[in-house]
Amino acid sequence: MRRAFVSVEGIARRFPTTRGGPAQTVFENVWFGIEEGEFVCLIGHSGCGKTTILNILAGLDRASEGGVVVAGREIEGPSLDRAVIFQSHALLPWLTAEENIAFAVRSRHPGWSRAQVAEECQRWIDLVGLSSAAGKKPAQLSGGMKQRVGIARALSVRPKILLMDEPFSALDALTRGVLQDEVNRIVAETKLTAFMITHDVDEAILLADRILLMTNGPNAKIAEVVVNTLPRPRTRHDVHHLPGYAELRNYILDFLVDRSKRLAETMPSGWDPRRIPEVRPAVPA
Amino acid sequence: MRAARPLASLALSALLLVLFVGIWQLASLGSRVGNAVVDPEYAALVGAAAATGGQTPFPSPVEVGARILEHLADPFYVRGTNDQGIGVQLAYSLGRVLAGYGIAALVAIPLGFVIGMSPLLYGALNPFIQVLRPISPLAWMPLALYTIKDSAVSSIFVIFICSIWPMLINTAFGVASVRREWLNVARTLECSTWRTAFCVILPAAAPTIMTGMRISIGIAWLVIVAAEMLVGGTGIGYFVWNQWNNLSLADILTAILVIGLVGMALDQLLAVATRAVSYQE
Ligand SMILES: Nc1ncnc2c1ncn2[C@@H]1O[C@H](COP(=O)(O)OP(=O)(O)O)[C@@H](O)[C@H]1O
Ligand SMILES: [Mg+2]
Repeated sequence: MRRAFVSVEGIARRFPTTRGGPAQTVFENVWFGIEEGEFVCLIGHSGCGKTTILNILAGLDRASEGGVVVAGREIEGPSLDRAVIFQSHALLPWLTAEENIAFAVRSRHPGWSRAQVAEECQRWIDLVGLSSAAGKKPAQLSGGMKQRVGIARALSVRPKILLMDEPFSALDALTRGVLQDEVNRIVAETKLTAFMITHDVDEAILLADRILLMTNGPNAKIAEVVVNTLPRPRTRHDVHHLPGYAELRNYILDFLVDRSKRLAETMPSGWDPRRIPEVRPAVPA
Repeated sequence: MRAARPLASLALSALLLVLFVGIWQLASLGSRVGNAVVDPEYAALVGAAAATGGQTPFPSPVEVGARILEHLADPFYVRGTNDQGIGVQLAYSLGRVLAGYGIAALVAIPLGFVIGMSPLLYGALNPFIQVLRPISPLAWMPLALYTIKDSAVSSIFVIFICSIWPMLINTAFGVASVRREWLNVARTLECSTWRTAFCVILPAAAPTIMTGMRISIGIAWLVIVAAEMLVGGTGIGYFVWNQWNNLSLADILTAILVIGLVGMALDQLLAVATRAVSYQE
């Protein structure tokens, strides 16, 4: 069988319970792939194990069973090739915005001179529109500005894969929209492979090529894969006018509101975790 | 609490000082008029000066002020081992404190770092720290004198042993409670252990470490006076003890004031350093 660029192969994650009882299984037997240059979103309710999956992809956590293969090699731990944009932005508060980015640039290029690092930082500061905030500490920045620094820091190491854990969920709607467009543009320009967790349906439809639908936990499963057939390039302004948008959105909402809970109890017969069914709600039957 | 106006506070402080000194002056005038009786037993206890010299009245602020000026005029004279300027004595004490405190910092901070990073070591060493920490540093003095046999080095050891605990505990705590997400940032950037330690953990824990260092310097300065009273020879503590034997209360009061001021200066120094490394989340 041909392997995808990122191939998640039968991973499980179990946490020991506090009083020595049987381990609690967050999920098991999870299989999916991400092609090179593809943008995949993972949608599911809180607590189903989305962050745990992302941490395993990042190498920050280890699967209890199974493994993740990237470009033919099983991942052993974190890597500069897999950058993470954290939900809580995770900036180092004693460094300025620019120094936070410089910290990442120096990690990728330990031999670079001060001037080279500064030049590279400037590039990313300009790209994410941070010029006025470069010299400020994170505590002095708004939520949106902080997340811009987080984006610049992740991109500045020039990763092959960008992992995002609900990067915009703490932001107001306006800021969120602006940053969605920027991430969309940058990912398309740099041909990054991207994996994003979200529970914002519109965000998923705007950004993703494929959307993984996860059932409620414990023992969460990726029940279906929604293929986003809406044509690119998409922007926030026109995406909801595209034919098929409503069908796509309703399908995902139905899943979140109703089916994610029902499917958590019983999966349909014949459902195979290794061959998750693909649906194309936007394509007229 | 509402923010007080700094100028008003300052004026009130000055007023209180003037009031205190004024009452003291009046009281000392009064006691001189009255016929102070010295209990002979007490006179025998306090030594020759009190017994032969009759009454040594509590000095008035004017007398203490004059003595302070004398000390300030020539703080660094040396006229034999028992008669050295207050500046010289202070320098001895400060030297011992800085030596003991410095060595303690050199041991406590790296050790605290290792303990903070390893839950195993944290658990293993915690009982020892908990038992050793509450011991009065002066309780170590006989043991130190017995093993080291040098009074100056013994007092440095006592400073070492009393200032190590707050620094050790705070460093370990600060390092252990570095936010996991900051460590994850370092991991995704493939930072080496050293780079993570110096560029992430150290700055993250620095405010907590500095707080420990500030507590330590306060304790060290408290202990040095007592330690020097015990071992004698030199230092501000010995100075106080020596002036007590001379029954020179004005000198003792001068020394007390100086001890307070130096202690405050040390504390403020560390406070400034703490502010320099603190950050806002
Ligand atoms: N370190 C941990 N120890 C025990 N349980 C954990 C730990 N981390 C996560 N979990 C559990 O795993 C489940 C999934 O967590 P998470 O991946 O954060 O969910 P999501 O990101 O989808 O909201 C939750 O029920 C949570 O309680
Ligand atoms: Mg999460």
